[in-house]
Amino acid sequence: MPANFVPPSGVEYIRVLPEIILAAVATLIMVLEPLTPAPRKRALGYLALAGFAGALAGAAAAGWRTGPAFSGMLEVDGFATFFRLLVILAGLLVTLVSFPYLRREEAESGEYYALLLYSVAGQTIMVSAADLIVLFIGLEISSIASYVLAGYMRREKLANEAAAKYFLLGSFATAFLLYGIALIYGATGTTRLNGIAQVLSDPRMAPAGILTGTAVALMLVGFAFKISAAPFQVWAPDVYQGAPSPVAAFLAAGPKAAAFAVLLRVFMTAFAPLTGRWLAIMWSLSLLTMIVGNFAALLQTNIKRLLAYSSIAHAGYVLVAVTAHSEEGVQAAMFYLTVYVFMNIGAFAVVAYFSRKGERYVEIEDLAGLGVRQPVLAALFAVILLSLIGVPPTAGFLGKFYIFQAAVKADLLWLTVLGLLNSAVAAYYYLRLIVIMYMKEPGDSLLELPGMAVSTRAALWTSAAAVVVLGLFPALIR
Amino acid sequence: MHPITTTHYLILSAALLAIGAVGVLIRRNIIIMLMSIELILNAVNINLIAFSRHYQDVIGQVFAIFVITVAVAEAAVGLGILIALFRNKATVQADEVEILKW
Repeated sequence: MPANFVPPSGVEYIRVLPEIILAAVATLIMVLEPLTPAPRKRALGYLALAGFAGALAGAAAAGWRTGPAFSGMLEVDGFATFFRLLVILAGLLVTLVSFPYLRREEAESGEYYALLLYSVAGQTIMVSAADLIVLFIGLEISSIASYVLAGYMRREKLANEAAAKYFLLGSFATAFLLYGIALIYGATGTTRLNGIAQVLSDPRMAPAGILTGTAVALMLVGFAFKISAAPFQVWAPDVYQGAPSPVAAFLAAGPKAAAFAVLLRVFMTAFAPLTGRWLAIMWSLSLLTMIVGNFAALLQTNIKRLLAYSSIAHAGYVLVAVTAHSEEGVQAAMFYLTVYVFMNIGAFAVVAYFSRKGERYVEIEDLAGLGVRQPVLAALFAVILLSLIGVPPTAGFLGKFYIFQAAVKADLLWLTVLGLLNSAVAAYYYLRLIVIMYMKEPGDSLLELPGMAVSTRAALWTSAAAVVVLGLFPALIR
Repeated sequence: MHPITTTHYLILSAALLAIGAVGVLIRRNIIIMLMSIELILNAVNINLIAFSRHYQDVIGQVFAIFVITVAVAEAAVGLGILIALFRNKATVQADEVEILKW
């Protein structure tokens, strides 16, 4: 043990309480899994639910004692606490959606819940990382668990394919991210985010431009993949379509929000001195992502693919907020990501319920007549879709409003105009879903539609309520 | 005699990065694509350790150990996914895996 080793103090353990709880519960589930008979696997799910609830409390407790932990490797500040609560909440809602889904597919097992917990643990580490080493480890914990989750239905060819694609492209992108990290370490001699900012802003120590430029570009490629920004989005539709619906909901919520948190932190602190150089790239990235997401969504007939492209388009809107590179932009991004997590999980909850065993009914046309047969469900889905469009008084409207307001204040007029045009295009494919639900005659797809399970109902109601409440009282989280 | 400097290591690492990236992009056998990704990760390790020696500090070496650990976990998961794929489709060729299309 080196002489200057300082053991972490008690308060530092409290600052990593959510990670400790998530990892401990996940490991406990793995231990209990072989001891649990098949009909009682649901109990492990309840344990996971308790784990998420405990982690929420832990994150709140950590949020009261902000500060660095473990020799400054983690920085638990308001920003980190916000995203920790968000990703843990996303995990909790996805667990609720998973209960009836896994029972229906006869695939309930402990490792599913354990992987969810591990993945969320990785995300909470990511969002509180103050050092590139920790950032990388958190990202990989989150990603490796998600690769397995995507291929969880291992007897389904579609799931195998989705997992293989996700894994190959994901690890390829991570490799680029790592190469960028190695170069930035070489250029600055440190892996601390604020240390990097210090070196980069000091003209006497300024490293070679080509080295930092390459490093920033490579890291941006890695992050762009994780947030599924165009042109690195090709994996997203395939993976969301092939993965089980609750997992697709999870992939579009937790890992994406966490990746955005990391992107914001790295580019707003470590690379802040280089703003002039990455701004134009971020600008084109956000525009391209919005265009690709929205226009490709117009052509989709599969609901899961449509939601995948919609999630790409929404990543584009958040990138507009990143491009604004201001305090206001960061706040707008945080608000939008929160709203997006709820909208997305709500929409996928409907798909998970509606698709029936083996995910047979995932075409848009299958929704025909849902408004007549299941008026409450259809109404909740419609609220979520309206929020995805950005219709007032839903939170989706305010989210877009804050983002474009921040963009205008940062003199990004063209990006704002093009972004607004894009959201008008988006209205078409969301409204089409509503039209089909309410104005078409019910077809075969509505025969033998079982009642919605209580847990999915809870997740759906929570999402729809959050979308409305945040739309009316945005001050709750701003 | 010319001593081996940090620059030499960087050139080696950049070459490995290029070989790995080209490997992923042009080879169609998923196992070879996986090996190419491992090649990039090792290029990263060479970089990290060269810089660590350059700066005479230990961060880069610690980082390299983490990278190796994570790479092993990733390879294990990747091969597991491939075995599941192979059981269902009896192929490891990326262009024969094509139910999902955009």
